[in-house]
Amino acid sequence: MSKHQQPHKPAWLEWLDERLGLTTIYKVTLDRKVPKVNWWYCLGSATLFVFIMQIITGMFLLVYYTPSPDHAYDSIQYIMTGVPYGWLIRGIHHWGASLMVLLVFIHMLRVFYMGAYRYPRELTWVIGVFLLLATLGMGFTGYLLPWNQRAFFATVVGTNIAGTVPYIGDFIRRVLRGGETVSALTLSRFFAIHVWILPAIMVTLVAIHIYLIIRIGISNPPTKDE
Amino acid sequence: MSGEHQSSSEISRLDFVNIVLAFTGGIMGIILGIPLVGYFLGPALKKERGEAWIPAGPVKKYPKDQPTLFSFTRTQQHGWEKTAESYGVYIIRKSDDKVEALSNICTHLGCRVRWHADVGEYICPCHNAHFTKDGKVISGPAPRPLDRFQTKIDKGMLYIHFIEGKG
Repeated sequence: MSKHQQPHKPAWLEWLDERLGLTTIYKVTLDRKVPKVNWWYCLGSATLFVFIMQIITGMFLLVYYTPSPDHAYDSIQYIMTGVPYGWLIRGIHHWGASLMVLLVFIHMLRVFYMGAYRYPRELTWVIGVFLLLATLGMGFTGYLLPWNQRAFFATVVGTNIAGTVPYIGDFIRRVLRGGETVSALTLSRFFAIHVWILPAIMVTLVAIHIYLIIRIGISNPPTKDE
Repeated sequence: MSGEHQSSSEISRLDFVNIVLAFTGGIMGIILGIPLVGYFLGPALKKERGEAWIPAGPVKKYPKDQPTLFSFTRTQQHGWEKTAESYGVYIIRKSDDKVEALSNICTHLGCRVRWHADVGEYICPCHNAHFTKDGKVISGPAPRPLDRFQTKIDKGMLYIHFIEGKG
């Protein structure tokens, strides 16, 4: 590969490359050295792929979804029955959410069992822990948005569980619900958390996570005597 | 990896992987891309043209040669929202079997015109457009006469032909 002949690039690509440094970006991100690894090492990339799919389908769901108690349920019914491929977009988002939690979890187990969190990758691990929490937060807030019976009572129960924390439990429950009970205010704040606050945090953390992976490189699989 | 000698016509392992990746990625992109476009455009391209013959009661109840306002309401479903819109029609009975129906929507910017019997004209309250009894423009900014509805009389009952998105 060292003597791989670069095919002659078209002029416009040359022009862009000179200004943007595309070749360098490509070499650093995609052409980087990777130890001989196995399929378990794909879980991070798989999670990233599902995360991007969640962002795309989520943006499209926003075209029709309405975060208010009198329209939330009906607008989702409309997405499912009235819009072309609405069932598909929502289906991908729905199943993608569960898949992402699953992938994040197995990814974490892989890193844990292979000891890949050790020096110098402690920060990658810590950021990963926050990403796991954010993913669970996305699942929790997204579950309320359909505003059906199951969503409503799942949130009642979920916020009650948060309320069992000693001393500050009641405060946490009130903050989550936006008041005493699960109401329109709960729906709108869960919506805001689900579509902007957590995604913004997650995109930032994912960027740092990936930067660290590129900077430090992925770890070798542990050897027999480790 | 590919340290072996290759003639330039032969495809390298890396190029092969890249081509396969681009190909499968392209197919996946299309499979997801087409539904996304359809999803976004679907409701926008849906034709909402419905039509109906609206019953306007017995012809005899409309006085001769004097525009009389008849109102009706149509409900429409837009996504998850139902809206009721009311329409006004001026009915002018010329004779027992000849009736004209004029929309009360001003052709300028869509305000509702009113019949002023004292001057014998329709006047739009927004920009002072004046129309004759038959809907022709007398003065003001209106670009064309008032819209007409098709009418029919069946067993002494008057019907107005309503086309959605028009009038």
